[in-house]
Amino acid sequence: MPRVDIARVTPTGMPVIRAVSLVLAHAPSFVRLGSKPLRVLREVKQPIEYLQPHLRGWDEALAYAPNQVFIGNLGVDELAARPRPWHRHPLAGAARFGPDGEIMPEDEFLGLLAACDGFDLLGLDREVADRARATLDGHPVVGRDSGRPAVPPGFAADALAERIERHHAVPLVGVDGRLLGAMLPGHDEDDTLTGQVLLENLACKATASLALRHLLARPGAIAAADVRYVINCGEEAVGDRYQRGGGNVAKAVAEWAGCGRATGSDVKAFCSGPMHALMLAGALVRGGLHDDVLVVAGGSLAKLGMKFQGHVKHAMPIVEDVLAGFAVQVSRDDGVSPVLRLDAIGRHEVGSGSAPLALMKALYSEPLGRVGLTLLDVDRFSLELHNPEATEPAGSGNVPLNNYRTLASLAVVEKLIAREGIDDFVRTRGMPGFSPTQGHIASAIPYLGHARRGLTEGRLTRTMFAGKGSLFLGRMTQLPDGLSLVLERNGAS
Amino acid sequence: MGLEDQAAVKRVADEHGSGVVVLLGTPDAESTQTLAQTVAAGDPSYAGPLAGVPLGLPVFHVFEPEVRDQVPADVYEAQVALMEMSLDRDAILAGLREARRAAATT
Repeated sequence: MPRVDIARVTPTGMPVIRAVSLVLAHAPSFVRLGSKPLRVLREVKQPIEYLQPHLRGWDEALAYAPNQVFIGNLGVDELAARPRPWHRHPLAGAARFGPDGEIMPEDEFLGLLAACDGFDLLGLDREVADRARATLDGHPVVGRDSGRPAVPPGFAADALAERIERHHAVPLVGVDGRLLGAMLPGHDEDDTLTGQVLLENLACKATASLALRHLLARPGAIAAADVRYVINCGEEAVGDRYQRGGGNVAKAVAEWAGCGRATGSDVKAFCSGPMHALMLAGALVRGGLHDDVLVVAGGSLAKLGMKFQGHVKHAMPIVEDVLAGFAVQVSRDDGVSPVLRLDAIGRHEVGSGSAPLALMKALYSEPLGRVGLTLLDVDRFSLELHNPEATEPAGSGNVPLNNYRTLASLAVVEKLIAREGIDDFVRTRGMPGFSPTQGHIASAIPYLGHARRGLTEGRLTRTMFAGKGSLFLGRMTQLPDGLSLVLERNGAS
Repeated sequence: MGLEDQAAVKRVADEHGSGVVVLLGTPDAESTQTLAQTVAAGDPSYAGPLAGVPLGLPVFHVFEPEVRDQVPADVYEAQVALMEMSLDRDAILAGLREARRAAATT
């Protein structure tokens, strides 16, 4: 049988990226419950006192320049021009809300979590719940008038203590050591429904829901009642003992956000999940099944404090203290919004192998070449955008910088630039990493809001997004994964 | 070098003895120096299975000419050339020389 190539996609009727939201929830008390801290702190005699000097207040997280880039208040070039380390150079006049979303303080996030818990498993301290309710009810997109469930009443300290001691609830301890609440398991004998696992899942649902409500509030975005399909690409495998990754977070988030006519499903591919989800959303729109498809993802509690030992060692704040979330509306062409070029999707295929050159060609030059473009036709590349201040102190290097240099080297191999032009390529077509190390979200997505603005109001013509996934971590294949997408100014082709 | 990797190197060295060579693919001078020192003179942080265990293994980096010359050109091109171009090769090899010098004087 002859080999059948990917069907040629004609460049008319492409879907567009109509709206984007990106949110952070500051969660310093949850750092202790991240996978790495949880394991390491078992060996520490006074874990609260050990961590406390390194956990930031909300004001510090707010004024942290990378976080301000994440919500769209600061540009990537402005970040590149700022002095480092960024944690020692707070941004003056930093705002909680930005064009893409917000940085929610922990006080309110606790209330959001409780309001997202439909099974009354998260019990908050009474005072904590009352404070959260008072502030969250006035929130511009997840306030009480948004139609969301109420923040339930809190509990007395002895009731929480009983949940912890007798019912195996996971204690949620504040930065100062005070008990904020406790998360009950969902089943006595199910390892996939322990308090820890359910808290991770709930954090994912809550941050995705926050992002979705922000998206629905964007100018020109779809109304909640008109949403018909939602794809979730967050990292948590929600399920039970018989089906660990059963799903369906997409539907849970759509329900919470008031999308009464929506259904949805989850798409997973480690950190390249969001790229697959955007591609599938685009295909559903182009195929005519839906006029709009939303892609959402919440944050990863397990990845909080992932590199915290490096931060402690270097006497710096633990900058992995925020959960991230995003939502994207993929729609039929409106003549204005950036076009998602379904004819220029880069794919790491099973037969592509794992050699760097083959991987880079498959993700970048091959899809561009397919539509008559080269690397130099792309104004900005968005790759893995891990904040180097999170990774460098732990010895993991500057991930974005290394990847941009590798991409520039591909341009040298393809004789598009001279070797001396590598630095310039990296500076002009790359960007500094500014994303929290939240896996799937750090994978290209945080630039989406900037790209949308640049491709409509700004000077960008074409951007390329690439996500890579470490499939081998799941022990079912030795392969990596990768998918890239091209976003283009409407009418540029 | 992580504790598991240290244990793996120690196990291989114990099983195969003097014929073992360590080939690094480290991306910067600091990690090159640290890893080279770990497998030659022992874990400098005294935290892992190689703490105080000077295996004395010969260490090379994949960017060194002696290594490159033993690899078919097309394989080197596909697997290594892109990284060699994007990383600071001279600094990496300087880090390795420093580690060798330190190991020789230990």
